Amino acid sequence: MAAQVVSPEVTVIRPTKGWASLRLRELWAYRELILFLVWRDVKVRYKQTVLGAAWAVIQPLVMALVLTVISALAAQPTGDAPRFLVYYTAMLPWNLFAKGLTEGSNSLVANQRMITKIYFPRLVLPISPVLAGLVDFAIGLAVLVGFLAYYGIWPTVAVVSLPLFILVAILSAMGIAFWFSAIDVRYRDVRYAVPLLTQIWFLATVFVPLSSVPESFQWLYSLNPMVGVVEGFRWALLGDTWSLDPIVWLSMAIVVVIFVGGLFYFRRAERVFADMV
Amino acid sequence: MENVAVRVQNLGKRYRIGEREPYRTLRDAIARAATAPFRRTSHRRVGDSGYPPIPSDGGHIWALRNVSLEIEEGEAVGIIGPNGAGKTTLLKVLSRITEPTEGVAEIHGRVGSLLEVGTGFHQELTGRENIYLNGAILGMRKTEIDRKFDEIVDFAEIRDFLDTPVKRYSDGMRVRLGFAIAAHLEPEILLVDEVLAVGDASFQRKCLGKMGEVTGEGRTIMFVSHDMAAVQNLCGRAYALNHGRVFASGEVNDVISSYLESVSRPHAISIADRVDRRGTGKMRITGFSISGSTNSHDTARCGAPTKFVIAFEGTPPLRNVEINMLFYNQFGTCVLTTGSDFVGRTFDEIPERGSFVGRFDRFPLMPGIYQVRLACVVNGLVADDVKDAVTLQVVEGDYYGSGKLPPKGFGAVAAPHDWEVI
Repeated sequence: MAAQVVSPEVTVIRPTKGWASLRLRELWAYRELILFLVWRDVKVRYKQTVLGAAWAVIQPLVMALVLTVISALAAQPTGDAPRFLVYYTAMLPWNLFAKGLTEGSNSLVANQRMITKIYFPRLVLPISPVLAGLVDFAIGLAVLVGFLAYYGIWPTVAVVSLPLFILVAILSAMGIAFWFSAIDVRYRDVRYAVPLLTQIWFLATVFVPLSSVPESFQWLYSLNPMVGVVEGFRWALLGDTWSLDPIVWLSMAIVVVIFVGGLFYFRRAERVFADMV
Repeated sequence: MENVAVRVQNLGKRYRIGEREPYRTLRDAIARAATAPFRRTSHRRVGDSGYPPIPSDGGHIWALRNVSLEIEEGEAVGIIGPNGAGKTTLLKVLSRITEPTEGVAEIHGRVGSLLEVGTGFHQELTGRENIYLNGAILGMRKTEIDRKFDEIVDFAEIRDFLDTPVKRYSDGMRVRLGFAIAAHLEPEILLVDEVLAVGDASFQRKCLGKMGEVTGEGRTIMFVSHDMAAVQNLCGRAYALNHGRVFASGEVNDVISSYLESVSRPHAISIADRVDRRGTGKMRITGFSISGSTNSHDTARCGAPTKFVIAFEGTPPLRNVEINMLFYNQFGTCVLTTGSDFVGRTFDEIPERGSFVGRFDRFPLMPGIYQVRLACVVNGLVADDVKDAVTLQVVEGDYYGSGKLPPKGFGAVAAPHDWEVI
C-alpha cells in the first residue's frame, strides 16, 4: 500500500444533456466486472438441475430435430447439405443471439438494486449475459464437430470466417439488448414483447433459409440482422454444400447500425436509470 | 482550502412526483400522451436539465436544492437530517449513481460508496464467490481482492461458512460480509449511508472502529446516519439537511444540537392537547413549567436550585399515585429517571386539578438538550405517559461550586461527591 501513488484524479459531476460520450475507456477499466458477471451467470445457470450443462446440447439438438421433421414434411428445399445439419448449425448462433438478447434486455430491471445503489458503467449489465452465452455456444459447437465428422463433411477455407460471424451474432444480441434494456427501464412491456418477437424472428431466420426465399424478396429478408449470421454459419461450417449470397452483407451492415445506435441510445437513456428502474 | 476532497456547489436534484412508480407500461404512456392536450400543464421528463426552476412546481419535488459543501482531505463529515431530507440523494449524486438536475460537484480521488451492504450478492453463490463478485461490483480488481481476502473473511467472522451458499446465511452474516468487503475497498473518499442500522451492536462498534481507522489513515469519509452518537464519535464536522437544503453546518455537536432543536419544535403543542400518549386516562398531565434560576419555561441551569411543576387533571377518588419524570439525551438514551416512588412518596389525596412539584437542590444534568418524558401511575397502572413532553435545555452552571464543569462529551450528569487522601 505504501507505494500507492495518490491519484490526482478529479471527477466533475454536473447535469448532462443530449447525446453523451460513450466512455469506452471507463468500460474497459471495468472489464473485470464484466468477467465476474459472466462467471456468475455461467455458474448459476445450471445450479439445481439434474442434467446441468447437458441442457446446452439438448436445447439446440431437439429444436433442430423438430425443424428437420417439419421441414421434411413440408418439402422445404434446403440445398445439398443434410437437412438436420442445416438446422443444427443455425441453432447455435441463434441460441447465442436469442438468449443473450432476452437476458440482456431484462438485465437492467433484473439488477435494479445494483443500479440504484452502486455506480459502474451501466453498459456492463446488458453486455455480460450475452457473453455468458458463449459457454453454451462452445459446448454446442463441440458437438457439431462430431456431427460434421459423422456426415463426412469437411470444412472449406471458409471456416476461418467463423469468428467473424460469432462476433456479428454477439454484436447483434448486444445491440438489440442495449435498445430493449433501456426501454425496459421505462416500459416493462419489453418483457412481454421480447419472447414473442424472438419466436417470430426465429421462424423467419432459422426455418426459412435465404436460398428458399424468392429472389425479389431476398433484399427484404436480408434486412433481418440475424440472416447474415445464420447464413454465414452454414457457409462456414457446411463446407462446399452451402454457398453464401453476398446480399447477407446488407444484414451485417444492419447489425453495425443497430449496435452503434444502441450504444448511443443506451448512454443517452442511462442518466435516468437509477431514478426510474 | 488547499486539499479539497469534495466540493459541491448549488447542487440540486429534482424528481417528478410519482416517478418511483414501480411499474410503467407503454399503455400508460399512450394514455398520458392522449390526454396531454387536455391538461393545463405538461411536465417534461426529469433529467431534462437546464430549464429554469419553477417555484412551487406542482409535478416535481426537489430532493436537493442549493446544496453547497466542502470537505477537506482526511476529514470525516456527518450528514444528518430527518427521513426524506435528501441525505441519500446527496450520496447518490456524489457517487454518480444518479445525475444532478443542477449544480456542480467536484470529487478529488477514488470514491467508494456504501449505500447498502451486500448489493449484488447472489443467493446461489458461496461466501467466497460472493466476495469476488461483490468486490468487483464495488470496483475492486481481482488482485486487490486476492490480497485482502483473508482480512475480509476474518473481519466478517464467516470463515467456517466460506463455501456455503449465501442463501443459507443469516441476515447478520450477510451484513457482516457485505460490510467487510466494502470496508476493505480503500477508496480515498468513502461515502457511507445508513448501513450500520442493520447488524448487531457489537458489529456496529466494529464497523465504526474500522471507519475510524480509515479516517486515521487520512482518507475522507462522508457518513449519513440517524445515529447521533455514531456521527458524534466519528465525525468532526457535520451538515444537517432538511427538505433538501443545508440548514446547519459546522462543528458536529453544534449541528446535532440545532438539528435536534429543529426536530423537537413540532412538539411545541401543549401537553394537554397531545394525542400521542398512552395510559388508562384516569389522570392526565396537562402542563409543565420550570421555576429556577432562569426565567425561561424550558431552560434549567446545571447546579441551580430548580423546581418542576407538572399540572394534572384527574377524577377522584385516586389512590396510590406516583409521578415520574425521565430525561433523555439527544441520542435517545435515558440519562436520569426521577420519580416520587423512588424517594418514598406516593399520594392518596388527589384533587381534581392540581400540580406535582419536583424539587432539585442542585439540578444535576450537564449542559445540553434533553427530552423530558412525564408519566403518572395510579395503583400500579400507567394512567398517563407522554414521551418527549418537553424539550429541556440545560445551560452551564456552577454545580460543584468550584466554577468548574467537565467539558462537553464527558458525562451526562453531575453528582455530589468528595475526594480525600488517607
